[in-house]
Amino acid sequence: MADLVTARKADTLPPARSAAGGRAARGRAARKLVPEARRNLSAYGFLIGAVLCFALFSWYPMVREIIMSFQKTQLGVTSWAGLVNYRRIFNDPTFWTAWRNTLEFTLLALLLGFAVPFFVAILLNELRHAKGYLRCLVYLPVMLPPASALLLFSYFYDPTYGLFNDILHTLHLPTSQWVLSSGTRWPTAAMISVVIAATWMNMGGATLIYLAALQNIPGELYEAAELDGAGIVKKIRHITIPQTKLVLSMLLMLQIIATMQMFVEAFILDGGQGVNNNTESVVYLIYQYAFAMSSASNFNSAAALGVVLLVVLATFSGGYVWLTRTRDR
Amino acid sequence: MADSYARSLISSAQLNRARGKIVYRIVLTVVIVIFTLIFIGPLYFLFTDGLKSTQEAIAAPPTLYPHALHPSSYSRAWGEFSLGRLLLNTLYYAFGALAFQLVFDVAAAYSLSRLRPALGNVVLAMMVATLMIPAMVLIVPLYITVAHLPIVNISLIGSPAAIWLPSVANGFNIFLLKRFFDSIPAELTEAATIDGASPLRVLRSIIIPISRPILAVVSIFSLVAVWKDFLWPLLVEGGFNPPRETLNVGIWTASQTAPENMVLAASAIAAVPTIIFFLIFQRNILAGLTAGGVRG
Repeated sequence: MADLVTARKADTLPPARSAAGGRAARGRAARKLVPEARRNLSAYGFLIGAVLCFALFSWYPMVREIIMSFQKTQLGVTSWAGLVNYRRIFNDPTFWTAWRNTLEFTLLALLLGFAVPFFVAILLNELRHAKGYLRCLVYLPVMLPPASALLLFSYFYDPTYGLFNDILHTLHLPTSQWVLSSGTRWPTAAMISVVIAATWMNMGGATLIYLAALQNIPGELYEAAELDGAGIVKKIRHITIPQTKLVLSMLLMLQIIATMQMFVEAFILDGGQGVNNNTESVVYLIYQYAFAMSSASNFNSAAALGVVLLVVLATFSGGYVWLTRTRDR
Repeated sequence: MADSYARSLISSAQLNRARGKIVYRIVLTVVIVIFTLIFIGPLYFLFTDGLKSTQEAIAAPPTLYPHALHPSSYSRAWGEFSLGRLLLNTLYYAFGALAFQLVFDVAAAYSLSRLRPALGNVVLAMMVATLMIPAMVLIVPLYITVAHLPIVNISLIGSPAAIWLPSVANGFNIFLLKRFFDSIPAELTEAATIDGASPLRVLRSIIIPISRPILAVVSIFSLVAVWKDFLWPLLVEGGFNPPRETLNVGIWTASQTAPENMVLAASAIAAVPTIIFFLIFQRNILAGLTAGGVRG
């Protein structure tokens, strides 16, 4: 984030030009106009492809989503509809279920996907051998096509012939229905199963970013702490965590935003909804409104739901920017 | 920090004591064994379960290794799900998207960094601001836009452009590339300009050769992103015959009806190119992860 700010600051510096001094100001202005126009023309020539793509596939859809959410389309005629779409989604009981599930997924995913990579990174950072091997291991699942990994997990999760129940059975532990569990009380076995698969697939990225951050901690800090007689736990609490605070908080925000958009994990593991809607996420509900309701496919309601999700996520990232800014300076 | 080993939580002195050495050896072994089990273990089953017969694949309790080898499920999966076709589709989409991103995003970042057009700052800010918009939020209006492009009134559904063109709108690429181009000394390009080199010539002969490392990072992540994407290719390329989907979507479609051993064989086949890609480029990939300016 800090880099973003400096990048923008550097931008406001005037462009380097060869100074043509000693001439009358008026003549210079007239003569400068043509090269100036030509410079801009060629600059925009280089820019145009990306600008068009951004305009069509990012800026315009953004505006369109907000507009659409206040419109309705009946028999091919689009008209303003006020808050009809919003009223419809708020009155849909699955709206609240989906938000509850998404929140549950986010909390569980943070518990596993935020804390586990951090401690794995601390552990890996201590090892002097097999570093490259372990790093590759942790990151390998991130490279797999998600469908491969998730289809494999749904095979492991199968209640009758799955590997996981077999392991539990061998250990004389009660077996589970995993993703197909019907419970809706927090934390549901179904959602925990989704989170386990998601963490296995995704933890490599966070782990390696933490590892890089850990390597930037000056060694003298640990030495000083040792002289004061600090043990491992104290060193982690008072040096490791404060020293990596910036990366930790940044990844925390990125992970919250990423996990709130959970879709593909539940979609492949159990079709997206789960039993009794217990793994249905907000993005799945958007998908359902827009593409999967055979009778009443409704882009406008889906857009309204998208706006709600955007507002929630923007609040998170806005809050993050605000918090880190006041803490920094 | 270049040559001396950066010390960490536990000091080397502590590790060199007799007890420290034993504990370290035990921890190292345990970590290697557990990590191998957790991360390679599932892959072992991914590749061997495809070799089982359909009955054995759904036998309870599951067998740890195929008791009778059935390599035919691999060849059947390859043929019945047209995996070769899906693989070609995926490569076509991934490298096409890469080409579009390299041409348009590099040109744009170059223009913003060196040619500095009027209002360039506004354009840059608007591009980088799209990083704040979560992708899934825009999926519906993006789909509608692609299905009916404004002004030109054409639909891109089912055409590779539906994957290629939206991939160009990547604020992260612009941010990374522009930041790298900014760091190239101005004297280099100015000297060429004074010698009469056109902006395109400067880009081709000076900027691009210097920027190889960052271009590698951008390329790898753009390929991986297309390869791993699921919902978007499902929406815009799904449901055609012959299939136009990516491998990732195609094996999911196949899994809806096919028996487990064939689904696993197909998943294993789909995983192979990414594993090979990772093993070849692991150094760049692991280094590229921290290129986004996420530093402590």
